[in-house]
Amino acid sequence: MDSGSFPSSNKTQSRYPLQEQNLQRRNSRENLDRFIPNRSAMDFDFAHYMVMEGGRVEKDNPATTSPSKEAYRKQLAETLNLNRTRILAFKNKPPTSVESNFPESAPSVHQPKPTKPRRHIPQSSERTLDAPELVDDYYLNLLDWGSSNVLAIALGNTVYLWDASDGSTSELVTVDEENGPVTSVSWAPDGRHIAVGLNNSEVQLWDSGANRQLRTLRGGHRSRVGSMDWNNHILTTGGMDGLIINNDVRIRSHIVETYRGHHQEVCGLKWSASGQQLASGGNDNLLHIWDRSMASSNSPTQWLHRLEEHTAAVKALAWCPFQGNLLASGGGGGDQCIKFWNTHTGACLNSVNTGSQVCSLLWNKNERELLSSHGFTQNQLTLWKYPSMVKITELTGHTSRVLFMAQSPDGCTVASAAADETLRFWNVFGAPEAAKPAPKANPEPFSSLARIR
Amino acid sequence: MASRTIAKDIITLRGSAAIVSEFFGYAANSILYNRGVYPEESFVKVKKYGLPMLLTQDEGVKTFIANLTAQLSEWLEAGKLQRVVLVIMSKATSEVLERWNFSIETDKEVVEKGISREKSDKEIMREIQAIMRQIASSITYLPCLDEPCIFDVLAYTDKDVAVPFTWIESDPKLIANPQMVKLHSFDTKIHKVDTLVSYKNDEEGEE
Repeated sequence: MDSGSFPSSNKTQSRYPLQEQNLQRRNSRENLDRFIPNRSAMDFDFAHYMVMEGGRVEKDNPATTSPSKEAYRKQLAETLNLNRTRILAFKNKPPTSVESNFPESAPSVHQPKPTKPRRHIPQSSERTLDAPELVDDYYLNLLDWGSSNVLAIALGNTVYLWDASDGSTSELVTVDEENGPVTSVSWAPDGRHIAVGLNNSEVQLWDSGANRQLRTLRGGHRSRVGSMDWNNHILTTGGMDGLIINNDVRIRSHIVETYRGHHQEVCGLKWSASGQQLASGGNDNLLHIWDRSMASSNSPTQWLHRLEEHTAAVKALAWCPFQGNLLASGGGGGDQCIKFWNTHTGACLNSVNTGSQVCSLLWNKNERELLSSHGFTQNQLTLWKYPSMVKITELTGHTSRVLFMAQSPDGCTVASAAADETLRFWNVFGAPEAAKPAPKANPEPFSSLARIR
Repeated sequence: MASRTIAKDIITLRGSAAIVSEFFGYAANSILYNRGVYPEESFVKVKKYGLPMLLTQDEGVKTFIANLTAQLSEWLEAGKLQRVVLVIMSKATSEVLERWNFSIETDKEVVEKGISREKSDKEIMREIQAIMRQIASSITYLPCLDEPCIFDVLAYTDKDVAVPFTWIESDPKLIANPQMVKLHSFDTKIHKVDTLVSYKNDEEGEE
């Protein structure tokens, strides 16, 4: 009917008749009042889409594809302002990451994974606790944060427990004057049992839940026990006598292995996450890597590697959480270096002079970062990017050397105890509450980071 | 006294363009924040329109939006801007997921004759505030953007506008069969801005 009543639908004449025809159509069929009842309420894009889509559908049916329909469509399009509009966009696309603000890289920036936004690192400690009578002795290890979120610190002859979840403090034990002071504390992996090393060469095992002493390990060392680390049920102790002893805490004759390699005090002891390798550092400037599988109780165990590059006592030791055979070690006042080792080959991968004695080292569990604590002159904590070893930030506040550091179980907070007799808490490895929404907003890119543990 | 109040409520083309382009800046920031296009940590809170508004601290995004609002302001003053669309796309597939559509009607008489209109700042702010509140509450009904997204801004201008050096012509980046929600409008008496968000219709069988 449409094209029948207007046989002359050629282009020159099509304008007026079509207008009429459109009116007819509206009145007879669709009963539309106007094309644009309210411009503001219309989505032109949607309309445009429908027009285009409608046109395509009609094409499929040759009977309805008439010149008048075509012209009607054009008319509609024109009324809808489409031909008079220009759609523009910036050539430069908004960045998906900080570096991508370049036109050349604009098409490709959609592919690479976005960089994680720069984390805000508070420059001051989140909390400061008093730590009176903290022994200012570089060779001791008086701070540990257990898996049940309880921090243990030895102050003089007493071991205190500070529960990080509610901030409550309790006293675990005060040893007799003649046996003290406490020279090392170390939580067992269960977060319930804790080993307390003493100046009199004994080690006490405590059940922190029941506040009860379970046993005393004696007969191994001839002098104070300044360093300890757990490997499941094996408690490894390092003494001033240069001995390293593996104690099986379950059995009566607890000494299962003795590692002889240091000829001065052992001040750093750390098992690798796999439990296969033990790193030990001593006042003899030596760093040893011991292999668990090479140990035997009847013959003296040979070290896997003896690393002699440090020029001062090696106390700060930290196994890399994301690379099994990577160890970071820090030297004392005469050395001031952080060194990185491949513990399979014994190769020194990198050495960085920090300008100050390195008292302790901690890896960030979520990022490739390393935190070191120092003494004179700044008494600072330095956060390093690994492997570039670019300083990310320095945290100051302690007024004397920062002897010990411990990391919360969630890996975010670091506690540092210094010779200024304060215990400070730093949110240096990212706030746990800030870490959560990020994966929600961008689950893909960050999930890989969240899985590193 | 009387003359002072009158002077205060007079709005010029230039002033109107400034208000509208500033509105786009804040609206874009708010959308990017509320829709999680950029991580929460990259925004800081400021007070604007009597509301806490969030502004990105990401230098790249900041520059992009600053350049955008500067250009929009120019077009608004010339009365040549018809519409601004903020498009949110999937980063992986570039599929358009949301279109935030701001249509602009310009009082041509003001542009041609250079006259001014009367409307109080307060009233305009109140209208903008309502839109901003709606943008912030849009997350309650918009489908979750559970993949990394990118955004782009399209400007619909009159045909006689010369394409600036830094701009290119674009396709409209439409969504097929979208759901649409119209938000509040605001009107400076020179520029009237209508806001509408259209988004991908996930529940196709439901209607």
